[in-house]
Amino acid sequence: MASSDMSSEPLLRATNVHKRFDSVEVLKGIDLDVAQGEVVAIIGSSGSGKTTMLRCINLLEEYDDGEIHIDGETIGYRIVGGVRKRLRESAIADQRARIGMVFQGFNLFPHMTAEQNVMLGLTKVQKMPKAEARDRAVHWLDRVGLAERREHYPYQLSGGQQQRVAIARAVAMDPRLVLFDEVTSALDPELVAEVLSVMKSLAESGMTMLVVSHEMLFVRDVATRVVFMDGGRIAAEGPPAEVMGNPSSERLRSFLGRFHGLFG
Amino acid sequence: MGDKGTFLYEIWVARGSLLSGAALTMQLSLAVIAIGSFIGCFGGLGLVYGPAPLRLAIRSVVEVLRGVPVLVLILFCYYGLALFSIDVTAPAAGVIALSGFCAAHMSETFRGAVASIPVGQTEAAKAIGMRFWQRLTYVILPQAARRMLPPWVNTGVEIVKGTTLLSIIGVVELLLSTQQAIARNYLIIQFYLAAALIYIIINFSVSQLGAWLERRFAYFRY
Repeated sequence: MASSDMSSEPLLRATNVHKRFDSVEVLKGIDLDVAQGEVVAIIGSSGSGKTTMLRCINLLEEYDDGEIHIDGETIGYRIVGGVRKRLRESAIADQRARIGMVFQGFNLFPHMTAEQNVMLGLTKVQKMPKAEARDRAVHWLDRVGLAERREHYPYQLSGGQQQRVAIARAVAMDPRLVLFDEVTSALDPELVAEVLSVMKSLAESGMTMLVVSHEMLFVRDVATRVVFMDGGRIAAEGPPAEVMGNPSSERLRSFLGRFHGLFG
Repeated sequence: MGDKGTFLYEIWVARGSLLSGAALTMQLSLAVIAIGSFIGCFGGLGLVYGPAPLRLAIRSVVEVLRGVPVLVLILFCYYGLALFSIDVTAPAAGVIALSGFCAAHMSETFRGAVASIPVGQTEAAKAIGMRFWQRLTYVILPQAARRMLPPWVNTGVEIVKGTTLLSIIGVVELLLSTQQAIARNYLIIQFYLAAALIYIIINFSVSQLGAWLERRFAYFRY
């Protein structure tokens, strides 16, 4: 059992994670550690398994083999007599509440104002009193620069604003780790910057973040570590300067070549 | 009130039975819509979230109830249930039959509305740690309700009109009470028109109620 040496484990530890969709093996044994306060960026081309890896961590996908631990606790499963058993829905919900996630398509609740979007998890999942939840929502909406817009419905907000509300919704839950799944890919180039600057400020405040992104400048400047995924495996890993400045393989070089000029 | 035999005179004479017929039509409709919608919600939930055997079972029942003419359902409930030693009065048989019809349609409506909510909504709710019933209550159903309203109103109107079929098994709702009045005064066209007018008033109220609900739910957009 891993629980005995919890203190020595990083915040997130994934070991040998496998995931297949029918006959296609999308993750072929991922090992990934994320320590508290780290900002880890996952880069790689479409279909390399980045998003799937992220979705396995909060069980939007079920992984087929391997283990994912958060604070030493196995996510989604427990091993009973050598057999993997899926946890009950309620146990999985409790685990998810400790992991924030921000989506490519925002996924704000359209029938709720910005403030209600942020408050929902606080009042219903954390059972926080309404007044306290509202204070917390206002605080975080202010942090993402949207205090003025808190009474607005999602359709009244721009894409960048919606995504910032979604970030506030995720971080207001005070999660151990926040997953960002290509959160700027659906945005106009003009709106990308406002979202990235919010993420940068979260990173600077010490939030542990796992970020799937194609924003190479952001990755280079903000990530403490970069993971390059290729064909369902981690093909390279290290500090941004090393991974991106001095690509270790032809595959990585050609991937980064698409962003040529950014890294001198 | 004019002379005996004129429309005004005869409708004044028949007012009590016509009004009690209209009242029964509305009571039956309300009961059927309430029961049918209630059952339909669970049918729809089962169709969306249930395990495969449950889905198959619900789907089969829905297909039968939608495939069989409503009149046949009514006759089956009235005469057929007696074969199984289930003793029902005519109004009860009518409510059972129409509720089944209504539930089948509501199951489909409910299923369609819930299934049309983007999967990202469920995922976002999961991501903040919400459990199944919380996701349903706070995220999925408020959005699905709005999409369900127009077909729900349609079903409601169909049910009101469907209650006329209960005249066949002797339930004295508006149509049968009209026919009984006609049997006494022979003012066929006038009384059928009067009945039609009452049906239109009832159904117009139903659709206005629906429109009002739609406006209430129109505070958000996509």
